[in-house]
Amino acid sequence: MPDSLLEIRCLTVDFAVDKSWIPAVRGIDLDLAQGEVLALVGESGSGKSTLAMAVPGLLADNARVSGSIRLAGAELANADEPTLTSVRGGQVGVVFQEPMTAFNPVYTVGWQIVEAIRMHRDMSKAAARARAVELLELVDMPEPAKRVHYYPHQLSGGQRQRAMIAQALACDPALLIADEPTTALDVTVQAEILDLIRDLRARVDAAILLITHDMGVVADLADRIMVMKDGTVVESAASATLFTDPQHPYTRALLAAVPHLGAGQLSVTEADPTPEPEPAPVPALSLRAATIEFKSGPKSTFRAVDGVDLDVHAGEVVGLVGESGSGKSTLGKAAVGLVRLTSGSVHIAGTDITSLSQRGLRGPRRNVGVVFQDPGSSLNPRWPVGQAIAEPLALHTGLSAAGRAARVDELLDQVQLARKLRNRYPHQLSGGQRQRVGIARAVALDPALLIADEPTSALDVSVQATVLLLLRELQAEHGFACLFISHDLAVVEELADRIAVMQSGRLIESGPAEAVLNRPTEPYTARLIAAVPVPDPPEQARRREERLASGSRP
Amino acid sequence: MSDPHERADERMDAEGEELAPLVGQSSVWGNAWRYLRTNPLFLTGSAVMVVMVLMAVFPALFARGIDPTDCDLSLSRQPPSSAHWFGMDLQGCDYYANVVHGARTSVSIGVLAVLGVLIIGVLVGSLAGYFGGWADSVLARITDVFFGIPLFLGALILLTVSSERSVWTVSLALVVFGWMTAMRLVRSSVVSIRGLDYVQAAQALGASSGRILVRHILPNALAPVLIYATIAVGTFISAEAALTYLGIGLQAPEISWGLQINVAQSLIGSSPHLLFFPALFLSVTVLGFILLGDALRDALDPKRR
Amino acid sequence: MTRFVIRRLLLTIPILIGASLLIYAMVYALPGDPVRALAGDRPLSAAVQAQIRADYNLDDPFAVQYAKYLWGLMHGDFGRDFSGRPVLETIGQRLPVTVKLTIVAVVFEALFGITAGILASLRRNSFFDNLVLVSTTLLVSIPVFVLGFLAQYTFGFKLGWFPIAGVADGWVSYLLPGLVLASLSMAYVARLTRAAMLEAFSADYIRTARAKGVGRSRIIIRHGLRNSLIPVITFIGADIGSLLGGAIVTESVFNLPGLGRAIFDAVRSQQGTVVVGIVTLMVFFYIFFNLVVDVLYAVIDPRIRYE
Repeated sequence: MPDSLLEIRCLTVDFAVDKSWIPAVRGIDLDLAQGEVLALVGESGSGKSTLAMAVPGLLADNARVSGSIRLAGAELANADEPTLTSVRGGQVGVVFQEPMTAFNPVYTVGWQIVEAIRMHRDMSKAAARARAVELLELVDMPEPAKRVHYYPHQLSGGQRQRAMIAQALACDPALLIADEPTTALDVTVQAEILDLIRDLRARVDAAILLITHDMGVVADLADRIMVMKDGTVVESAASATLFTDPQHPYTRALLAAVPHLGAGQLSVTEADPTPEPEPAPVPALSLRAATIEFKSGPKSTFRAVDGVDLDVHAGEVVGLVGESGSGKSTLGKAAVGLVRLTSGSVHIAGTDITSLSQRGLRGPRRNVGVVFQDPGSSLNPRWPVGQAIAEPLALHTGLSAAGRAARVDELLDQVQLARKLRNRYPHQLSGGQRQRVGIARAVALDPALLIADEPTSALDVSVQATVLLLLRELQAEHGFACLFISHDLAVVEELADRIAVMQSGRLIESGPAEAVLNRPTEPYTARLIAAVPVPDPPEQARRREERLASGSRP
Repeated sequence: MSDPHERADERMDAEGEELAPLVGQSSVWGNAWRYLRTNPLFLTGSAVMVVMVLMAVFPALFARGIDPTDCDLSLSRQPPSSAHWFGMDLQGCDYYANVVHGARTSVSIGVLAVLGVLIIGVLVGSLAGYFGGWADSVLARITDVFFGIPLFLGALILLTVSSERSVWTVSLALVVFGWMTAMRLVRSSVVSIRGLDYVQAAQALGASSGRILVRHILPNALAPVLIYATIAVGTFISAEAALTYLGIGLQAPEISWGLQINVAQSLIGSSPHLLFFPALFLSVTVLGFILLGDALRDALDPKRR
Repeated sequence: MTRFVIRRLLLTIPILIGASLLIYAMVYALPGDPVRALAGDRPLSAAVQAQIRADYNLDDPFAVQYAKYLWGLMHGDFGRDFSGRPVLETIGQRLPVTVKLTIVAVVFEALFGITAGILASLRRNSFFDNLVLVSTTLLVSIPVFVLGFLAQYTFGFKLGWFPIAGVADGWVSYLLPGLVLASLSMAYVARLTRAAMLEAFSADYIRTARAKGVGRSRIIIRHGLRNSLIPVITFIGADIGSLLGGAIVTESVFNLPGLGRAIFDAVRSQQGTVVVGIVTLMVFFYIFFNLVVDVLYAVIDPRIRYE
């Protein structure tokens, strides 16, 4: 290829762990033309980040690289330090995933951008500072002349990521590597940053190597896509082709597992001939004028939840949706008494738990199960998982040890885990398995209400799909009411009968899932729906145009 | 003797998802023990600790039955010989026996003081960390005040005005001005664990605060303070020796390395063995505990790998 | 920033009061006769006893006693020794020596400790690194007074490189005692610096700096060291307390006429009032110094400034 900017041949990367070599990338070939956008897509452990970081030589010390990486003709693999130092920042700019930790907290963002500039350009400090402000304008940072003097912790997540992009573009690099640039951001902010990146393509000359696990992010942005699994490329095709006609079974499975908003896949249009479930006499969960305030300093309070009315009826699944800071998690915790209401009331199956003491809460808590988000911290690391599942039984039932063991076996069967895993410790299980254990613990007492707080957000896409399926099956079988909290509308769509949307502590819209998703009444809801990335390029493009037309820019 | 199918089952769960490999993900304590077993620092430190503790508990055994108070002035300050390994002290007593018996006071004070500090630290720190609120703020202010008085200076004053200077009072003085670090360590561990999901899960299940603290939080929170405690034994032994050397700690006729060093300092030119042996034993004991603590810290540090 | 300084200043005042109350309560409120306690076994004439009682208002109720004591402290009244001489006088005479000694010790501690720590972190697992780890462990285990004798005997007496005792030779006389005093702290600073640097090196922002093409030495100094200084400076501040305690021993070994030596002599002659008076001053100085360190901390770490 005559104008191939980046040529990678037979690249292999191994990591030395405990005296053996673990392969991360196995003999990969890659070509990237000038101005092209190539997406590397894969789940965790696929080697996509390793591959990208090998280009500027930013791997850890225990990495061993073999093969060839040619950038504009120059060989980068195992090149010497002076070569790599001049390439980094000069010809290759990198945008990292977590802007909060990727910036040095003790210097202003302006200082750090200036540093990037002066590493490769001979400019005075004043000239470099002016250029830094220009760069911040380029990335649509509000009030750039002011923000250039801000420390990283003073900016919002989206603004930090803009600053990071500005820093990466400081010296007009030929190649921009973006490693999961929007994963740590809220959905609407993510949409803005993706729009920015797309927009920059026209204004800036760089080729982009985009790494992500999210097919929706890729749909509107990439020209070509390479799907990776276990260090090898499983499929490589132009974007349009990949989505419409995936060849490899893994690609197909991956696309199928991605929750696709509006695809009308499942429960929303399925089954129920009756549009609304008959309201049971007493809702499983009922919140009235719920307000929760926290002290955020000596004199000020922060209102996390503001006057929310919400009901979850027996047997129905309510999806509670919102971005970070919306108060949805706080509300979920209040439903089970983990957080006290400042005012208003909470009822579980008719019992008012608003001002019950810890002891008084024991009774009602018997009927509520909670599933948490992070499989890494939802289980006590020093307890075998069987003991974790048995804890609710030990607390609330009079079962003997043998009785509890039998019930634990039953529960393990229900969540489709092998019974022998009962004696394993959490660190010996995968994320998906730990999450199943968490679910088993939550349904141990056959609760009337299940609260699931972002149960799949920390899981890989394919694992997420199976866990969601499990939840649906359990709910269908046991008929418990479920409050499903998530920031991901596409995930919620798969499960929920009704959807409630929260913004800044307020419940701004609620109704049957189908109605809320297709005919939202509130502008924020519409924006939220419009911002969700959809793994279908033409549709994603159309949605982007709608977003821009409605003027949702900062 | 396992069936290959069973083994395959163990590595895959219901949907064929592979189990997380144990490489790099082993449990904290299990891996720690594996690391410590072969670590020379740990082995040296534990060996020293065991020897010194035994010496403290059974001094007669180590001293081969020689009575440290059986003295003959005419033999004063004799250098080491085959009959008297460490020579004789100023009073003409067998120095080896005296140095060995000195272990008892020093090690006891070190251990007693650390026990006291741990008890207060764990109790106060876990309550402050778990319940928070105004009690925590009050405790924080009190801790700040105590932190304003350095350990050595505070113990100095307390001992200055105490009528008796026994092993118990010296330990108490060290505890009164040394509990704060342990409390802060426990408190910050408890605060960070309290926010973790499995604690919230236990609360949501209706477990009582006591049960949560004892069964969920403390077992996971104690590692940092235990490391500190191990090293603190050494620090306290050193502090006691300094206090005794100054004249404000233990007094004669107690047998203590600090006292022995005090006497020996003016005789360093003529009878260096008088300074050498107690100083050696003191340093080695402190060293042992520090090595132990260091090895523990390295073993339990997740970032070590 | 000024708001931060003012707030910290306001917080320091209750700590000062609390510490002085604690000291006072220990001496005067514990069961037993405080006069007897202050004098130990030393016989006191009736006149001296009366003097002490009057000085400390021991016949007044506790609250009044303490209030008068605090008032006295604020006016520089640190008590009197048993011959009637104000402790303040002793302090005035002896303070400069201790200040010089402490400065020398802090300079050694920071200079050698931080440098050794940086170098060790750069050459991880090398011979130098292991040397630093071993020597710091040894230094920490050997008590200050033993180290003092050994140093005095070897470098002063046998080798004659340094004066053995006294302050006759100006700043040179402070070198060996300062080094001895700093030894323990130096060891901790080296280890802490090493650990902090290693932790900084594995931080995300170092990877970002490398990705920008920043050279190795600039990364070490501008990014690694700058962030590592935070815990190190905090430690040095808190460690002044142990330096003050160690000064007592060091000054007595090297016969430097400072506050520490004064305390040592007072302990020997069982003049408790002098001990309490000087230690109180040291405590005040320590608390104030910690305030300075806190402010310095805020200068280095902008996250603290803006809370």
